[in-house]
Amino acid sequence: MHPVLTTVLKRVGLGVVTLIMVSAIIFSSVSLLPGDFGESVLGQAATEETVAAFRRELGLDEPAIKRYFNWLGAAVKGDFGTSFSGRSASGVDRSRSVASLVGPRLYNTLFLAGITALVAVPLALILGLTAALYRNSFYDRSVNAVTLTTIATPEFFVAYILILLLSSLWPIFPSLANIDASTPLGERLYRITLPALTLTLVIVAHMMRMTRAAIINLLASPYIEMARLKGASRSEIILKHALPNAWAPIATVIAFNLAFLVVGVVVVEVVFVYPGIGQLMVDAVTTRDIPVVQACALIFAATYIILNLIADIIGIVSNPRLLHPR
Amino acid sequence: MSEQEPSAGGYSAAAEVAFKRTRRSRFERLRIELGKASFSAWFGMLVVFCYMVVALLAPFLAPYGEAEIFPTPFAPWGDEHRFGTDQIGRDILSRLIYGARNTMGIALVTTLLSFLIGGTLGLIAAINRGWIDQIFSRFVDVLMAIPSLIFALMLLSIFGSTIASLIIIIAILDSTRVFRLTRSVAINVVVMDYVEAARLRGEKIGWVMRREILPNIMPPMIAEFGLRFSFVFLTIAALSFLGVGIQPPTADWGSMVRENASLIQFAKYDFKSALTPLLPAAAIALLTVAVNFIVDWFLHRSSGLHDE
Repeated sequence: MHPVLTTVLKRVGLGVVTLIMVSAIIFSSVSLLPGDFGESVLGQAATEETVAAFRRELGLDEPAIKRYFNWLGAAVKGDFGTSFSGRSASGVDRSRSVASLVGPRLYNTLFLAGITALVAVPLALILGLTAALYRNSFYDRSVNAVTLTTIATPEFFVAYILILLLSSLWPIFPSLANIDASTPLGERLYRITLPALTLTLVIVAHMMRMTRAAIINLLASPYIEMARLKGASRSEIILKHALPNAWAPIATVIAFNLAFLVVGVVVVEVVFVYPGIGQLMVDAVTTRDIPVVQACALIFAATYIILNLIADIIGIVSNPRLLHPR
Repeated sequence: MSEQEPSAGGYSAAAEVAFKRTRRSRFERLRIELGKASFSAWFGMLVVFCYMVVALLAPFLAPYGEAEIFPTPFAPWGDEHRFGTDQIGRDILSRLIYGARNTMGIALVTTLLSFLIGGTLGLIAAINRGWIDQIFSRFVDVLMAIPSLIFALMLLSIFGSTIASLIIIIAILDSTRVFRLTRSVAINVVVMDYVEAARLRGEKIGWVMRREILPNIMPPMIAEFGLRFSFVFLTIAALSFLGVGIQPPTADWGSMVRENASLIQFAKYDFKSALTPLLPAAAIALLTVAVNFIVDWFLHRSSGLHDE
């Protein structure tokens, strides 16, 4: 088999194993919960029978291994059980299935993250390339200073400054990004401007710096010197000779930042009250709604692992030493 | 070592032999190093120093108590309350000052704990390559595959948001990064001859770790400490901001941002009050930037690397 294929397959296999391990950790951490599930959810007033029925429904009377495989099997099919909220001591069950809570919100989050990525990735590439092209100029220095500051700043600080400037002092954009399924696309885009802008500012900084560093790193190579001696112009050297060789590190950084985007979305969604999966998770944590927390954690972790996996695979595939083995 | 020009008027062997070489004292070396530090490093150190003074002297600097409640909630900026009061009438300035102590204190304890766990395990794994190393490393790989904010949220929902569980959870999650770094740096030191000599003369593993390996991996570890501190600090601030970190009435910058966030909407009518939620956020950002400046300078100095 081609060495690239074997390496990629090995990496994918490792990713699957990691995913299974992570799901096991997420599942087993719930059994660490101190005290009895049933009573803490249904309240002190719950009768013996209601608690017993609730425990049976959760499958707490079965061994943990069996429960794990049941949970995992159902989770793969998109069934994460039912939420804890809406249950009461009397045994009346008004709870909703986790999937119905998560589904529309997951779509909203992916929408926000997708729009952000669409803006942020080209912007970061352009900034990084131009900074490398005009390195040590005033432009390069100012871009560097600004990005260093945004890297070290918490997302909510950036978010509130944007709200203060663009929503409160000069009311251009709404500070609440409340959308629902019936909101038309144009209105949707208008409402998520501020959250998308916040996320863009946060992730562009890192991607831009890495792009610049990856290209500058290559400028010391002999073939760049050769191109320079041939009389190639500065932009020609960067675009034709350096960039094709810098794709691997740049792609890795992009995938890594998209993975970060998935996490950064949590804080930003809370600031702008955006109905996404991040806010759902925070709400579920405060009310200790364990099935919802588990489902959200699994989704976040899976996205994160898959994006990192893609980054690694791009790194492997674009590595010329592996592509042309001796 | 200090180097002096031999006496003017040509070379004299006697003078060279007689010349006494003195080692600079630690204080002198520190002063010279600081003199060479860049402006940003100076700025960072000044900021961190101010923060530490405020944190240590909080009860003397704060005009009112940490959870003292006054009759007017959301009071404007003025003489009585420099930065106004919050939603239930607590003095913002006092809470900012106490917040320095709480937020930084908890972040510092967490970072120390994570270095204790991660550093020790990393050193053990570096010394005993083999199944111990394999088990630790694979376990850390899996833990690092889960984004730490998400993992922390999940664990907090299980154990509840007390300060103790906050510290332990974040310390354990963060120790995975410390473990990786310690292990990878220590592996290069463990194979050195002096470590082997120490082991051959029968030193215990703890002694070898502490006296032979640790001093030689210090520079990257110190830089990492600064970075991890600012990362932990940001994580705790984010968790408190989300309402699952440090709980009221303990003053904390992250939760202060959230509690006063609604004031931003009234920026047109009272601009000063609208800045109130930005104060704790700016305090968080300033400290992180300052720590990053110091770490940058330290890395630059200890690695001898230069940009391009």
